[in-house]
Amino acid sequence: MPPLPPLPVVVPLLMAAVLVALGLFFERRVIEIPAIVTALGVTAICLILVVRSSHGLIVYWFGGWAPIDHIALGISFVIDPIGAGMATLCSLLVVAAFIFSLKYFDAVGSLFHVLMLVFLGAMCGFSLTGDAFNLFVFFELMSAAAFALCGYKTEARAPVQGALNFAVTNTVGAFMVLTGIALLYGRTGALNLAQIGQALGSQMDRTVIVAFTLVTAGFLIKAAAVPFHFWLADAHAVAPTPVCVLFSGVMVELGLYAVARIYWVVFSSAFSSHASALRSVFMGLGILTCLVGGTMCYVQTHVKRMLAFSTVSHVGVMILGFGLLTPLALGGMAMEVVGHGMVKSALFFCSGIVLHRLGDVDEMRLRGLGSRLTGTGVVFALGGLALAGLPPFGTFVGDLLIEQSARGMGLAWLRWIIIVAAVLSGAAIVRFVARAFWGWGYYEKEAVKGAKIETGQETEKSHFRSPMVMVGPAAILIALGIAAGVSRQFLAAIEASVNVFQNRQAYIAAVLSGAHINSFQLPAAQPRVFGYAFVGLFAVALAFVLVVLTLFRSQLFESGVPGGSVVRHGVECLQRCHSGHVGDYVTWLVIGVTIFGGALLILMG
Amino acid sequence: MKMGFGPYVLAAWLFFIGLYGIVTSRNLFHLILCISILQSSSYVLLLGIGYRTGAVAPVFSDIPVNTPAVDPIVQALVLTDIVIEVTVLALLLTLAVQIHKRHGTLDPDKLSAIRG
Repeated sequence: MPPLPPLPVVVPLLMAAVLVALGLFFERRVIEIPAIVTALGVTAICLILVVRSSHGLIVYWFGGWAPIDHIALGISFVIDPIGAGMATLCSLLVVAAFIFSLKYFDAVGSLFHVLMLVFLGAMCGFSLTGDAFNLFVFFELMSAAAFALCGYKTEARAPVQGALNFAVTNTVGAFMVLTGIALLYGRTGALNLAQIGQALGSQMDRTVIVAFTLVTAGFLIKAAAVPFHFWLADAHAVAPTPVCVLFSGVMVELGLYAVARIYWVVFSSAFSSHASALRSVFMGLGILTCLVGGTMCYVQTHVKRMLAFSTVSHVGVMILGFGLLTPLALGGMAMEVVGHGMVKSALFFCSGIVLHRLGDVDEMRLRGLGSRLTGTGVVFALGGLALAGLPPFGTFVGDLLIEQSARGMGLAWLRWIIIVAAVLSGAAIVRFVARAFWGWGYYEKEAVKGAKIETGQETEKSHFRSPMVMVGPAAILIALGIAAGVSRQFLAAIEASVNVFQNRQAYIAAVLSGAHINSFQLPAAQPRVFGYAFVGLFAVALAFVLVVLTLFRSQLFESGVPGGSVVRHGVECLQRCHSGHVGDYVTWLVIGVTIFGGALLILMG
Repeated sequence: MKMGFGPYVLAAWLFFIGLYGIVTSRNLFHLILCISILQSSSYVLLLGIGYRTGAVAPVFSDIPVNTPAVDPIVQALVLTDIVIEVTVLALLLTLAVQIHKRHGTLDPDKLSAIRG
């Protein structure tokens, strides 16, 4: 029986190699079934790892290179419940994407499944590793597979441009991560995360702050925080739907996972006396991301781009959850990751079904055409309400935990930012459902000046039936999103896992000394969640009001919406920044990193 | 003993000139090569961190074990990075070739399939 920890990486990569060979000789079905079985196997292994890691951190040293004299010599996988949970989420969404693409693509080469399996292996390795350079290698492997998957339809104009924007921006981000790791190595002489954390101890000077800035900014570029988010909308607009599911569902969240992991293991002791400065910077970043993401989401008509911007706004909420630096807020972030991953994937599957049946994803052109797709419409609307914060969903629980933590720190006004972000993204989707499925609102020739996405055909023709393998994953994922929010055991498990995640001393001891410390304890009391259901319902009601105001504004406000021209002018300025030009994106990236690093140096240096 | 400021100044210069090239590029092949220059700055930084003046290469088959040697780990990191960079660059160059086939141009200012 081989050891379990390396299997989530090794098995997909091996199967990918096998499928490349098989794809030369056999037809599509012969490739698809082994791919699905592999992904299911990886999901099972990751679930076993989650359960086992709740009994104590699992540390696996490759090649048997155990630490000598508390000095790490080899490369390790350090598995805790949160890391194994992220790997499980990745593999689950890959299974769903494979099942969806059984009928979604009319013609797809075997390389799609090969690339997805490589992507899966890299994401699992990224979630499970305990070594900084290993993290970087898996990060680059994940990115390379993502670039290829994004530009998969090379015969169309938009995908290759979107993939190039994605690739250039993320490569610059990976370079920053590498430079940060180089600086940490220069300071501590170690590449193992636990060793770096122990060697760094509490020393803090400008080099440490610069290293933190570079590593965090590099991962925030992957996580699509504003102003590093421009690539996300382009990539989602042009990538095939099953790929978008993975991008929004896990890949972006893995960037935040890396930020959190590196902060808590490496920097939390060094920055402990400057926690309030760090909080301010991350809260500024989170608020900016929420507001820009929400605003851009609401003015989109291309539904996949709309979902991409809603991912940006939810990433802003997750950054707020991380930036508060408390266990409760981190639990909220973890719950948001799970809930948002499920719901966003279901929404992308629904948009894929719409594209498959009706041949278009533009809200204006689809007006009223969706009335035949009742099931899809219901799931779409549920997903939109879930993003707005409807009570039983995981996203509601995540938002609530973050708001409670903020209130506990005297920052109760943060709740309104989270509500605004949730309302804008939820209302955009409900508005899409209302216009496309129920035919509400009037036809607007050009809702948004200057926006233009060339939509190619992902499927060859419009179809008459939505097969169960396409509707099934969407419905199951929405149900899982509800289950994640409702289940008390899941909330307790998340809280216990977050305490393990933040326990730096136990992590270092387990890795370097082989100590078996089990700090996973289910909490005795839990935060009251459903007593606050009115907050979620209030946000949903606001979303409905916004939808009605938008769709019927010509009837409701005869002389024009008050303040409308100012809002329109502001939004157009924001939109002109999203120019599709890769040089502009890198400029914003540099400005963002400079301001982020400058703020940290001034506040903490 | 370390090597002085030379490698760090060179790394900073490569970083800025690579970044400037990416931002102001008018040709995608030029842009991709500027990414390569940007990544070279991280190699120089890594090698500069690992170098020791007056030390030998870290091969101990014929010299006593306590001889000062340069750090082999950064050399391994640089080699791994070069491999990763080659992979990503190959992918980027393929995308640039496809862009030229579909858009007819390599000028980022003229790519217009996505906006807003």
